[in-house]
Amino acid sequence: MTDVKEKESAKSKRKSSMTAEFARRLVKSWSAKLGLILMLFIILACLIGPYFTGYDLNWQDQSLMRAGPSAQHIFGCDTLGRDMLTRLLYGGRYSLLMGITSAVLGAVVGIAIGLIAGYFGGFTETIIMRFMDVWSSLPGMLLCILVSAAMGNGFFPTVLALTIGSIPGGARMTRGQVLSERSREYIEAAESINCSKLSIMFKHLLPNVIQPSIVITTMSVGSTINMAASLSYIGLGIQPPAPEWGALLADGKNYVTTNPHLIAVPGIAIALTVLAINLLGDGLRDALDPKLRG
Amino acid sequence: MGRYVIKRVLWMILILVAAAIVVFTLMYLVPGDPAELLLGVEASEEVLAAKRAELGTDRPYLIQLFDYLYHVFLKFDFGDSWRYRVNVMTELGQRLPRTLIIGGFGMILNVVVGTVLGIFAATHEGKWQDSLTMVIAMVFVSAPSFWVAWMAIILFAQTLMWVPPSGISTWTCYILPVICGSLGGIAINARQSRSAMLEVIRADYITTARAKGQREKVVVRRHMLPNAMMPIITGVGGGLAMVVAGSAVLEQVFSIPGIGQYMLSGVNQRDRPVVCGCVVFFAAFTSIAMLIMDLCYAFLDPRIKAQYSSGRKVK
Repeated sequence: MTDVKEKESAKSKRKSSMTAEFARRLVKSWSAKLGLILMLFIILACLIGPYFTGYDLNWQDQSLMRAGPSAQHIFGCDTLGRDMLTRLLYGGRYSLLMGITSAVLGAVVGIAIGLIAGYFGGFTETIIMRFMDVWSSLPGMLLCILVSAAMGNGFFPTVLALTIGSIPGGARMTRGQVLSERSREYIEAAESINCSKLSIMFKHLLPNVIQPSIVITTMSVGSTINMAASLSYIGLGIQPPAPEWGALLADGKNYVTTNPHLIAVPGIAIALTVLAINLLGDGLRDALDPKLRG
Repeated sequence: MGRYVIKRVLWMILILVAAAIVVFTLMYLVPGDPAELLLGVEASEEVLAAKRAELGTDRPYLIQLFDYLYHVFLKFDFGDSWRYRVNVMTELGQRLPRTLIIGGFGMILNVVVGTVLGIFAATHEGKWQDSLTMVIAMVFVSAPSFWVAWMAIILFAQTLMWVPPSGISTWTCYILPVICGSLGGIAINARQSRSAMLEVIRADYITTARAKGQREKVVVRRHMLPNAMMPIITGVGGGLAMVVAGSAVLEQVFSIPGIGQYMLSGVNQRDRPVVCGCVVFFAAFTSIAMLIMDLCYAFLDPRIKAQYSSGRKVK
């Protein structure tokens, strides 16, 4: 009895120390710290910032059309004389929500597909992976352009388009991981005590193969935000008057030569956000896998 | 090796057919009647019906699909643009060189500069050269490429007036697009080749090479680089896909009448033959590049080579 208890306490101790080790490494890495702080700042600013700028989303002063930065409007005004800072902060909600939703949805579906392909193997795997090959024969951006052309503009069609583009990557990655884990002893043990296939896949395999996917998903939030901006810019995805960052860029693109701030401000917002996400992703990768650390 | 190449080529053709089916279906799903879109809402029903018959859009989906596949893959004919009545193949041929210049030179810059920067950073690991390179790479990985392009136009074309901001009138017009199109790829490639180099930098055979007194230059070039090559090649493949997809947006920024811009105008005008033609072309371009990459892999990796050249399978 005491033996079992001791073993269990030892196990829990090791488990918590592994998590603690991970947290310690994460906090120690300067890139993760910087990324995390920047990210929290951006999210907070987008959530509560709009209420403190002193202007409404649709507040408008036509005499201030395309006005440059000033004391009242620190980022200037947009093409219709609306406060840029307010629109930027509101737009951040769209961009962040869209990036996170699409990346996470894509990852969840991709991981599930990868798990099934890797675990079942044989014919199922061949079919699934061939299907993924076809899927990714079109570069992600092209696929997004086509899907959003077919589905129309707006938030949900765009999320769908971005999600579809990010599924094959996750599936491939997870399958590769599963292949290297499948022949391990713990899987054999689980099979020998007659665990169901579902429970083996999701309870035993998943925790052991998910680490690289977490890093990839974090990074793909950033690239998805970039992609969404490109979509809006070329006239698909979310369109003005919605204040999504890509739409703000699309709105200002005709005045690049005369009023560069219309393009510079939303661009910097996108770049900073994606930078924060990438820094966080780098930090996560280093913390999860010290081997890869540079 | 021959068997491997044949197998890969056959598979590539199959993928292209599948890609064509996907694009055709997606464009078929685009809402709205193409004939009405072309002739306007006021057109009478007879005129519309005649137009539909002319475009072939009055037929059922499957027949349209098979007709399209038959023309594309057996007759190499992408059909005529619905709006401009110009053959898509001819138009693609005219626009191809412009896209190829941007994509090709961009790719070369991507591979050469990216890999060199990565090696440079890895060999100076932990020093300021490493940090500086990686910080710059991080910035260019994060910033949207079309935005970087706009900023470059403002700086180099408008303020400094070194190059023209848009168009294709002289060769100098291509300088900015090529550089802007490759910056993101260079940054990604630099990061990837740096970590690939760092993987091998601590390997035992590197220690051995140093222990026997080999010169550092030779250690890097002869011992590290070949072993770090695999992940770098994979990165190049990803970079190519990015160049292809990015060309659409980039050509829009620099007003270059290339294939990407052709596709976007097709998307905006719901011109199915144009969009399908461009996408099939892009898919073919990417697939061929991936094929070449895979062959490089097979050529460089003795394990894959052995699997196909000897009679028995080595796993």
